[in-house]
Amino acid sequence: MEETGIGIWGVPLAIFAGAIRVSTPFIFVSLGETITERSGRINLGLEGTLVFGAMTAYAVAVLTGSPWLGVLAAMATGSVFGVIHGWICKFPKVNDIAIGIAMMQFGLGLAFFLGKPFIQPAAPKLPSIPLGGWSTVPQVQAALNINVLFFLGAALALFLFWAFRNTRIGLILRVVGDSTDAARAMGINPDTVRLLATAAGGSLAAIGGAYLSLYYPGSWNEGISSGQGLMAVALVIFARWNPIGCFLAALLFGGAGALGPALQSIGVTQGYYLFYAAPYLLTLIILIVTSSPTRSLTGAPGALSLTK
Amino acid sequence: MTKLLSMNRRHFLQASAAGALTGLAPGLIGSKATAQTALTVGFIYVGPKDDYGYNQAHAEGAAVIKGMPGVTLVEEENVPETVDVQKTMESMINLDGATLLFPTSFGYFDPHMLAMAAKYPDVQFRHCGGLWQEGKHPANTGSYFGYIFQGQYLNGIAAGYATKSKKIGFVAAKPIPQVLQNINAFLLGARSVDPAITCQVIFTGEWSLAVKEAEATNALIDQGADVITCHVDSPKVVVETAAGRGAFVCGYHADQSALAKDKYLTGAEWAWGNVYTNFIKAAQSGGKLGNFVRGGLKDGFVKMSPLGPAVSDEARKKFEATLAEVMAGKFSVFKGPLKDNRGNVVIAADKAYAEDAIDLESMAYLVEGVVGSTS
Repeated sequence: MEETGIGIWGVPLAIFAGAIRVSTPFIFVSLGETITERSGRINLGLEGTLVFGAMTAYAVAVLTGSPWLGVLAAMATGSVFGVIHGWICKFPKVNDIAIGIAMMQFGLGLAFFLGKPFIQPAAPKLPSIPLGGWSTVPQVQAALNINVLFFLGAALALFLFWAFRNTRIGLILRVVGDSTDAARAMGINPDTVRLLATAAGGSLAAIGGAYLSLYYPGSWNEGISSGQGLMAVALVIFARWNPIGCFLAALLFGGAGALGPALQSIGVTQGYYLFYAAPYLLTLIILIVTSSPTRSLTGAPGALSLTK
Repeated sequence: MTKLLSMNRRHFLQASAAGALTGLAPGLIGSKATAQTALTVGFIYVGPKDDYGYNQAHAEGAAVIKGMPGVTLVEEENVPETVDVQKTMESMINLDGATLLFPTSFGYFDPHMLAMAAKYPDVQFRHCGGLWQEGKHPANTGSYFGYIFQGQYLNGIAAGYATKSKKIGFVAAKPIPQVLQNINAFLLGARSVDPAITCQVIFTGEWSLAVKEAEATNALIDQGADVITCHVDSPKVVVETAAGRGAFVCGYHADQSALAKDKYLTGAEWAWGNVYTNFIKAAQSGGKLGNFVRGGLKDGFVKMSPLGPAVSDEARKKFEATLAEVMAGKFSVFKGPLKDNRGNVVIAADKAYAEDAIDLESMAYLVEGVVGSTS
């Protein structure tokens, strides 16, 4: 260890590194939720799916020795959670928000119950790509050790942005999301589309969980998530259902969350509770600045129960 | 009201069952009377029992008393510091017949344990922490705690020899006296090796926040700290993150050497098994359970992890010499002259506090050399 302090430069570096390290779960959960909400349904249960995914990924990685099998298993369980949500919600007079809260509690409880034997064992971690070889500063090298899932998340955001506009599936999803009646008139079964969209959303959210338990912070216990699944659902609204917006908002959240520890580490120690509130404060400010007195929630899918 | 009714019904059922036994099986009752030491003990944890941290330390203590004759152990984990813990206590008392309860988490005390203590005056409650006060709290309650800052001082000695950057780091949850004692003791231990060493502290604000603890550890290492310790409920994330970045680690609460391998210097661990054994012995012999139980390394309340392979011979010598002094009861971690990190004198030059000094339990400062603030 030959590292020495890098002083004030630690703050922008920490924000940059934090944006990448902390944002990945937000990216996957919010992209998943975007798919679900674009189909006209809200799945608030993604926090439960995230934690269950974290548990599944860790457990499978411990048992098989392969973190990637863990990620695949998490995706499978995540889509099962999505299917359950989507299937229950297709019955008349069922409220998707209430089901989501129930699914969240179910996922958390089941994850804690089944995850008990996996708190102690150490799982193999997901690989990262060292992009900092050009730098001689160890801190920069550490910050540029970027996990593969982050790049997958970025690529997925771009792909979804393109696919929503330019593919048949994207169009079907948007029609169902904007008007159930129009979709029926076109011969599309809205329930099936929403079921699949919720399943896809669940499996993406579970990847976010796998990142938490298999990479950063890289451990399974019952406190692994500090509400990332819930925050990401809010991020979708903040990002106006735009996948690229979700990606940027997730980065912003990750970076703002790294501000508190980074400032304390350079000796700005007064009022750290206030710095810890930075991500939430930032959200409030952006929402106020971008709000409009005349329009409500531009970009919101018309059939979303949020806007009904 | 319905709760009261159901309680009465339960008591009625218990009483009638006992009555039936007296009539039908006098032999059984007789055997019960001879086994006077039968005791059901309840343990309540705020997190999982195998968290490599606070809860694991208590659960290991509970496992020690499990083997004692006549003792039945009931445990429940992941009990939130809400009215839930009252339900857990009631069920342990009424359904399992527990007469001695150890609600181990800080937030269980007020109002939850106090409410249960008032409702069940025949049950004994002992809480881990420093909250019990003579005259203010009922006699069937009490608190027990250990001077683990002695262990953090010894951690500091190992850290002082291991650091090359002369900067060590501490990930702390909240600025309460027990945490501040640990931070200060860690730095004072390191400064006993080299007075130029400073300790950077980062408060996460909560007892268990995995991502923030990882961020805090990374931030400390980015600023050049090369030995890390912590005071959070589960040190697993801090230990793994620090060792993964190549920093040395001093453990806390339980033995984390399996997580950091050769980066693990030593650690300050609880030895609750001894404490619980004493409580059980007192309860079984009909003696009085202490209300305010304290102890440190020499009393067997606290122990050190075995020294890791990275600890030099020089460090080992100083570590063992200091440990011997502590065990002999001749060592003060906090002695004057001592300034806080704002320049105020907090301990006068001629003063030295023994570990059981009551003044230490209200510590509200960080000593000179600690970079950080309590608010």
